[in-house]
Amino acid sequence: MNAPATPVTPKYAAYICSGCGIGDAMKVGQLENIAKKEGKMALVKSHPFLCNAEGVQTIRDDIANEQVTHVCIAACSRRAKTEAFQFDGVAMSRANLREGVLWVVAAGKEHDEVRQEMAADYVRMGCAEVKKMKQPAGNVKEASSKRILVVGGGMSGMTAALEIADTGYEVVLVEKSGALGGMAANLWKRQPFKTPYAEAQDTGVAEMAARIAANPLITLHLNSTIADTSGAPGRFVIQVAQESGMVSEETVGAIVQATGFTPYDMAKLPELGGGQTNVVDQAGLEALAKQANGGAIKREDGKEVSSVVFVQCAGQRDTTGTHLSYCSGHCCGTSIKQAMYFKDQNPDIDTVVMYQDLRVPGMGEDFYRSAQQKGVIFSKGKASKVTGGDSCAVTFKDLILDEENTIDADLVVLATGQVPNAGVDLEAWNPVVTAAEGGDEAAKAQRIVMHGTSVLKLNYRQGPDVPQFKHGFADSHFICFPYETRRTGIYAAGPVRRPMDILQATDDATGAALKAIQAVENASLGRAAHPRSGDLSFPTARLEGCTQCKRCTVECPFGAIDEDEKRFPKFNEERCRRCGTCMGACPVRVISFENYSVDTVGSQVKAVEVPEEDEEKPRILVLACENDAYPALDMAGMARMNYSAFVRVIPVRCLGSVNTIWITDALNGGYDGVMMMGCKKGDEYQCHFVKGSELAHYRMSKIGDTLKQMGLEPERVVTQEVAITDNARVVKLINDYVAELDKLGPSPMKGFG
Amino acid sequence: MTINQNAANQAAVERYRNNFLKEVEANVEEGHMVKMCMQCGVCAGSCPLGNAWEHSPQKIFMMIRAGKRAEVLGSDSMFMCTSCYNCMVRCPRQLPITHIMHGLANYAHRLGLAPKGQPTRDFATLFWNNAIKRGRVNELMLTLRHYFRGGLVSGIKEAMGMQSIGLGLLLAKRLNPMEIFGGHGVKDLKGFHAIIAKAKEIEDRKKGFTA
Ligand code: SF4
Ligand code: SF4
Ligand code: SF4
Ligand code: SF4
Repeated sequence: MNAPATPVTPKYAAYICSGCGIGDAMKVGQLENIAKKEGKMALVKSHPFLCNAEGVQTIRDDIANEQVTHVCIAACSRRAKTEAFQFDGVAMSRANLREGVLWVVAAGKEHDEVRQEMAADYVRMGCAEVKKMKQPAGNVKEASSKRILVVGGGMSGMTAALEIADTGYEVVLVEKSGALGGMAANLWKRQPFKTPYAEAQDTGVAEMAARIAANPLITLHLNSTIADTSGAPGRFVIQVAQESGMVSEETVGAIVQATGFTPYDMAKLPELGGGQTNVVDQAGLEALAKQANGGAIKREDGKEVSSVVFVQCAGQRDTTGTHLSYCSGHCCGTSIKQAMYFKDQNPDIDTVVMYQDLRVPGMGEDFYRSAQQKGVIFSKGKASKVTGGDSCAVTFKDLILDEENTIDADLVVLATGQVPNAGVDLEAWNPVVTAAEGGDEAAKAQRIVMHGTSVLKLNYRQGPDVPQFKHGFADSHFICFPYETRRTGIYAAGPVRRPMDILQATDDATGAALKAIQAVENASLGRAAHPRSGDLSFPTARLEGCTQCKRCTVECPFGAIDEDEKRFPKFNEERCRRCGTCMGACPVRVISFENYSVDTVGSQVKAVEVPEEDEEKPRILVLACENDAYPALDMAGMARMNYSAFVRVIPVRCLGSVNTIWITDALNGGYDGVMMMGCKKGDEYQCHFVKGSELAHYRMSKIGDTLKQMGLEPERVVTQEVAITDNARVVKLINDYVAELDKLGPSPMKGFG
Repeated sequence: MTINQNAANQAAVERYRNNFLKEVEANVEEGHMVKMCMQCGVCAGSCPLGNAWEHSPQKIFMMIRAGKRAEVLGSDSMFMCTSCYNCMVRCPRQLPITHIMHGLANYAHRLGLAPKGQPTRDFATLFWNNAIKRGRVNELMLTLRHYFRGGLVSGIKEAMGMQSIGLGLLLAKRLNPMEIFGGHGVKDLKGFHAIIAKAKEIEDRKKGFTA
């Protein structure tokens, strides 16, 4: 896969900056000596202002004239001056003397010694790290596909297809039914999306469908589903199956999944009249409105409706656990729109919207006011019982007047919710597969049935669809990267991702379209997607050492790893986000990146000089996630908050990449404690790699036995969840931990290392 | 008067069937804004006297929409409003709440549905009758009528209680004891009564009490 890099003799150089006050607070000469003698750097220079043009030029010259291949920069944080310190083709480490030492160690002579020791260790660590690094060569692919598959031809899918095509990329649009438009095609009108947001508007489906049909960049497959998806970003191979049984093959670079939703089944709401005559859901009302075609809306039995009640949140926001627990977000606006269908046709029709909280996101508030102007009555109440029939009755509790009441109406409309069409739930899938692989016949049959319900039919070891999150919606990183699923190059847009209305869905589709374009471009250049966008490194496994334990395959949050015929892990580089979770998982430590490996971190752990017990200077290793925790520590420095000079911080790509060996090495080496700082995990996760922090917490919960064997207290290893805004908190966490370890006393391992 | 009221009431019930909101929109000052209330409750929370009445403006508006005609028109709330305008300046939907409350009070009063014996309503009636008699308020008579509204004994008690204030007013020449003999009036009393009669005629017509 990878073009072999021309072998060159490595030459290591270290540059120490004495600017920004570093030179005043630290003995730079001594640091130079350490880089030379202990760090074994061939070339060591200090500079009073390393990031200025002249300083940077010094480094460039050495790379050009002295054949320097590896550079350690001991200056500011790796997050600072990234543009100045950017040297193509060389490996680089950064020793954080400014944010990590100068700005966080208390000022004053009495701290000179610990400050200098901290700086010296960071120089040692920077030198040790860079010697283990290789500059990733990258993996540019000539034959990478830049076409984009859009699954689903509803509002979201059509929008995505048009947006992609308008940008000049080719689209393959697959729609299950015989026509474009999805749910929107069944609407009489849609909620307004233009100022003054007062009247329902035409859906625009016909016009969009016509534009798609006329667009030469869009290949449309109607009456079709996906029979198989294999490959990875840049090289997905899709089998598109037509209803007729005919299968055609498409190669694409990325996928937008816009498979929308199904209305919650009214039949599950018998207490609200579901299934009785003249009780319809919102989709049912749209059908009646379409039939009326602007005239009087008639019931099934032909009677003109003269009074109608809309029951909001029907089977939604349910706290009993029976129905949907969430709010679908669009249905208040939809009922407002539908009440207007009646009022616009005949203002004398009684229209009551019975709501608990009227939720009209966006400009919906104007639409709500417009309906009030038209005389739609809004009643704050909770319906407890609906009976259908010739004269329907809604029994409800009036939440303002605090009393039970009943209204009669010709027609009752239930505002039911959105159920995502997200395919197979992998949480349910995996146990079935395990049982089937164990030979269980029933499980084998069930696997076939489940596979039939899959949307994408991914040929991935971890299962055929994108992982789901809460309530069966496709998981997408809600805080940082909406649209982004846990399958690289596959983007979810519209109500399959979270409940939403048409306006939000079209915005969503536009975002997903742009992400998909980014994905095909990145894939063709061999670059990672966010959050390590542009990263050229990718994991490889030394298969001779692999025990086929499958941990990497199972734990990769992005399903990047399959199994080859010999059951060895098969890395799909284009699907990989470079989180290193596989590296952290591997018990025999055979997985590594060129510039990030068990050794690049392990050598730093070992490079720290651990003082003897009687010196009373503990050493604490902090493994900090580079996405949130490390920036928070930097920001603590910028705010000149002080934390203990006994800690040594190593940034990691994700807590998931932490291999237990680093921790046991540190403890064996006499460190007094190890603190890990990662992102929030669980249901409200903020982990940039979704599962990394959670896995690290899980792995560390099992480290107790190891500690016991070593004769160490469990407090010697702690794991913390921090957010990027936690600059004050990280300082407190560190200082509290140092105090706690102080009480515990020095590690009994000291001196044995 | 009573017969007229009953007839008007019957006519209104007939005309608006069960759509009380429409009735309010047509007959109550600023009634067309009632439908715009979004039931946020800001008015209810803003009223300094809120805990002294039965229904907050929020509830009144909800009751109108729910068609609770008798309860709304029989409520004491509109008469308890002190016109502080707190609710009105705070309402996010900019309902002229105070005006609507007064409008409702007036409508209920005219239909004879307003609560009997409601003190503010009684005082307002007293004031009106006193003022239109001669075109000027006869303060002595107004005060006495007010004190003696509940009979001789309670009237004497109330008057005694206010004795010192009354004496003070007397000394400061703010109260004329001679007013007991009828007091002074406007110059053209006949003309004044004609104006009032005309105004009533116009209002009755506007509000549908006469054709
Ligand atoms: S949008 Fe309105 S009707 Fe729909 S669930 Fe939310 S609150 Fe209920
Ligand atoms: S680095 Fe992360 S995304 Fe890539 S294969 Fe390993 S676990 Fe999966
Ligand atoms: S975790 Fe390591 S040993 Fe296990 S399958 Fe993966 S590469 Fe092999
Ligand atoms: S403040 Fe205004 S909108 Fe809110 S409840 Fe009162 S009248 Fe209604």
